[in-house]
Amino acid sequence: MNWLIKGARLHGADPADVLIRDGRLAEIGRDLDAAGAERIDADGLVILPGLVDLHTHLREPGREDAETVETGSQSAALGGFTAVHAMANTDPVADTAGVVEQVWRLGREAGYVDVRPVGAVTVGLRGERLAELGAMADSPAGVRVFSDDGHCVSDAVLMRRALEYVKAFDGVVAQHAQEPRLTEGAQMNEGELSGRLGLRGWPAVAEEAIIARDVLLAAHVGSRVHICHVSTAGSVEIIRWAKSKGWDVTAEVTPHHLLLTDELAATYDPRYKVNPPLRTQADVAALREALADGTIDIVATDHAPHPVEDKESEWDAAAMGMLGLETALSVVQAAMVETGLLDWAGVADRMSYRPARIGRCDTGSHAQGRRIAAGEPANLVLVDPAHSRTISGREMASLSHNTPFEGMKLPGRVVATFLRGRPTVLDGALQ
Amino acid sequence: MPSPVTGASSPTRDLAGAHTVLDENEISRALIRMAHELVERSKGASELVLLGIPSRGVPLARRLAGLIATAEGGEVPVGALDVTMYRDDLRLRPARALEHTHIPPGGVDGKIVVLVDDVLFSGRTVRAALTALDDVGRPRAVRLAVLVDRGHRELPIRADHVGKNIPTSMRESVKVLLDEVDGRDAVLIGTEEGVA
Amino acid sequence: MRHLLSAADLSREEAALVLNTAAEMAHLTGGRAVKKLPTLRGRTVVNLFFEDSTRTRTSFELAAKRLSADVVNFSAKGSSLSKGESLKDTALTLAAMGADAVVVRHSASGAPHRLANSGWIRANVINAGDGTHEHPTQALLDAFTMRNHLGELDGRRVAIVGDVLHSRVARSNVLLLDTLGAEVTLVAPPTLLPVGVGAWPCEVSYELDPVLAKSDAVMMLRVQRERMNAAFFPSAREYSRRYGLDARRFGLLPDDALVLHPGPMNRGMEITADVADSERSVIVEQVTNGVYVRMAVLYLLLAGEEGEAAS
Repeated sequence: MNWLIKGARLHGADPADVLIRDGRLAEIGRDLDAAGAERIDADGLVILPGLVDLHTHLREPGREDAETVETGSQSAALGGFTAVHAMANTDPVADTAGVVEQVWRLGREAGYVDVRPVGAVTVGLRGERLAELGAMADSPAGVRVFSDDGHCVSDAVLMRRALEYVKAFDGVVAQHAQEPRLTEGAQMNEGELSGRLGLRGWPAVAEEAIIARDVLLAAHVGSRVHICHVSTAGSVEIIRWAKSKGWDVTAEVTPHHLLLTDELAATYDPRYKVNPPLRTQADVAALREALADGTIDIVATDHAPHPVEDKESEWDAAAMGMLGLETALSVVQAAMVETGLLDWAGVADRMSYRPARIGRCDTGSHAQGRRIAAGEPANLVLVDPAHSRTISGREMASLSHNTPFEGMKLPGRVVATFLRGRPTVLDGALQ
Repeated sequence: MPSPVTGASSPTRDLAGAHTVLDENEISRALIRMAHELVERSKGASELVLLGIPSRGVPLARRLAGLIATAEGGEVPVGALDVTMYRDDLRLRPARALEHTHIPPGGVDGKIVVLVDDVLFSGRTVRAALTALDDVGRPRAVRLAVLVDRGHRELPIRADHVGKNIPTSMRESVKVLLDEVDGRDAVLIGTEEGVA
Repeated sequence: MRHLLSAADLSREEAALVLNTAAEMAHLTGGRAVKKLPTLRGRTVVNLFFEDSTRTRTSFELAAKRLSADVVNFSAKGSSLSKGESLKDTALTLAAMGADAVVVRHSASGAPHRLANSGWIRANVINAGDGTHEHPTQALLDAFTMRNHLGELDGRRVAIVGDVLHSRVARSNVLLLDTLGAEVTLVAPPTLLPVGVGAWPCEVSYELDPVLAKSDAVMMLRVQRERMNAAFFPSAREYSRRYGLDARRFGLLPDDALVLHPGPMNRGMEITADVADSERSVIVEQVTNGVYVRMAVLYLLLAGEEGEAAS
């Protein structure tokens, strides 16, 4: 099937027609015509490269009550993604070639997005010994991103070894920066509010101290390092400093950290409980600025589905995590585009080009995050920025419903998503 | 949580078309007569204990006690008996703030307790007062003295001593003003704006 | 007001109303042989205690019974380990049983808020202590006790000493005393004060002696010895030496100053036995007053019409 998209605004700029043939972008121009191609009237719509998420939790194997590779893929497609990197904290942990291959195959079978498994850094995420990183890199899953996300690689020697080891196959260690002793039993951002609410605090320094250590380590051993879900202004400053030294440091921010603050914890509603926690308005401002100027390279959702019973209890007992795939683009539009901090070209960069580069999936047969240019694979998303919708967790494709944006009005709607020329979403509905 | 305005009776609302049925002098005469009746009925004042039902029953009880003392010589014990906790119509309104209860040092056991209130209407307040009295002790007898009886009893209760009988319609409202609380003495009838 | 979840829920007028009502309750039931009032007859009050506390639970039970309410004691084993199932399912069970009020104590801060706001139950919710967050009826009985001795609390100086970081009693007291116009000073080692305490409506001091000389009342908080294992202080000995209320410090207090403690006491740790038993210690009175204050709260929340009580 060939597709002719008429009048879409490339990167939100001038309208153009895009012709998709045999899975590739055949032609981009004005007043195109193609017999036999399905037409999509994209007047007023923005066309972006298919989004690439560097940080998603698909929960399979092990927690299929919360999400499966299939439902997570569907969620991703509805959010405009054409590739997701599935984190390794499954059960069993993705610390061997066998498990990553399984996840990779499940992704291919579902067929909604390219599922790129992330490999664990340490066996069982226990932080004791390195997992077989090389085997995972060599497997058909082609793992390039390694992370113990959920846990911090806190042992300095182990982190050093991991940073060194992955150089052999152009891999990158993605660190979940959380000093474990400073955050034992932590429930929310440590600050004036946590003291008042009687919830144990998660101090910013526990994130910043690890980031400081790891950028220095990466520089020392000549490796690259990626920082997951940056959440504080202090972290931003450290990353900015490291980049100014020319060190190969990349960083991500979640949509929820761009929009929400710890004030929401005052409701004691665990839908607002997440790791790292929601922080202050000053942190939100610093993160937005950093994403705008590129100090923070990408937006990554940290999509973390949890079943209802894990989120319905008292705060202390609830699981940490928020859904993100189906709301990411809308939140970024609200926090960054509508505030004038980032234009759509910038969104394309932060949500597609750069994540694909960091994940090293921007080349090869299943390349993602390529320019919208003739000859490139047709991984695209069509967005209607003028639309606004009220968010409802129950209406999402995800098996879980734990969205922090429940009941909020957010701008924008994904109209269509194309994976190598095949529509996974048309008119806002899964195909 | 109720509003902290104290007093089971609200501040005087404007009565539409209010007219005075008892003026200061008539009230005074009625009370003097009631005081003498009380003494006569109980053959002396020695066993009497007057308990006013807040809020306006309390100053009335004090005045009666004073009048009896003037007539007979000797103090008559006076107190207050708040009935809020004993009302049977609690759930029809927001919870009310409590008034003060004061049982005179001699107690009520074996005494002739005279409950004093400003207006006798449905009888529910008095019934609550009788229940409250049960928890205080065991009087020899209980009497009821009211300044105004306006009829429309919902329970088999009658007053032993009445200042004035004033038949009223259900649409009307009777307001007793007392110098101690309101700055002047008067009994008014009118139709009340808002909740009766 | 449907629930009492935090001392901050009470305006100055409302707090005064509770205290005045408690005074009347004390007056009505204190001296009499018949200590019961029929006011809450037919109402069901459930004590939902996820954390053991014989003292507070008995106090609420007595308060409810003195108002002729039916009392059900539910000591659920739901801890944070057994998760939401316990809280929600327990709540649904109570709703099915027709509870009019639920008095809840839980080890997780915010658990009463979940009960009150989740829509699982329609009953009035009274917080009997949630985690390290609040214990509003404790603050009310503390204020009641102090008021009985000191009169109105405007301008009165109250020192609260001990493990403020982990104390729900401290939080509720700071809020309520501020509402009532008192001046509060918190005294503790820096490790036992929460981040952001500077924004609380009170003073903070690391030294106890100078504060004692100016206090009308001193409230000693319980300090667990085990905290030294998490490096909050080096040893029990050093803690009691620097922050314990012993005979010497007792001598620094003004003659009429009161000594309070929410209990249970760690005799020898934050307070010595002779101070706890001295005649200026009102610790036993606090317990008695607890029943009156809880009677007042139950009455004001429950006695009137269903649902939102009008002002």
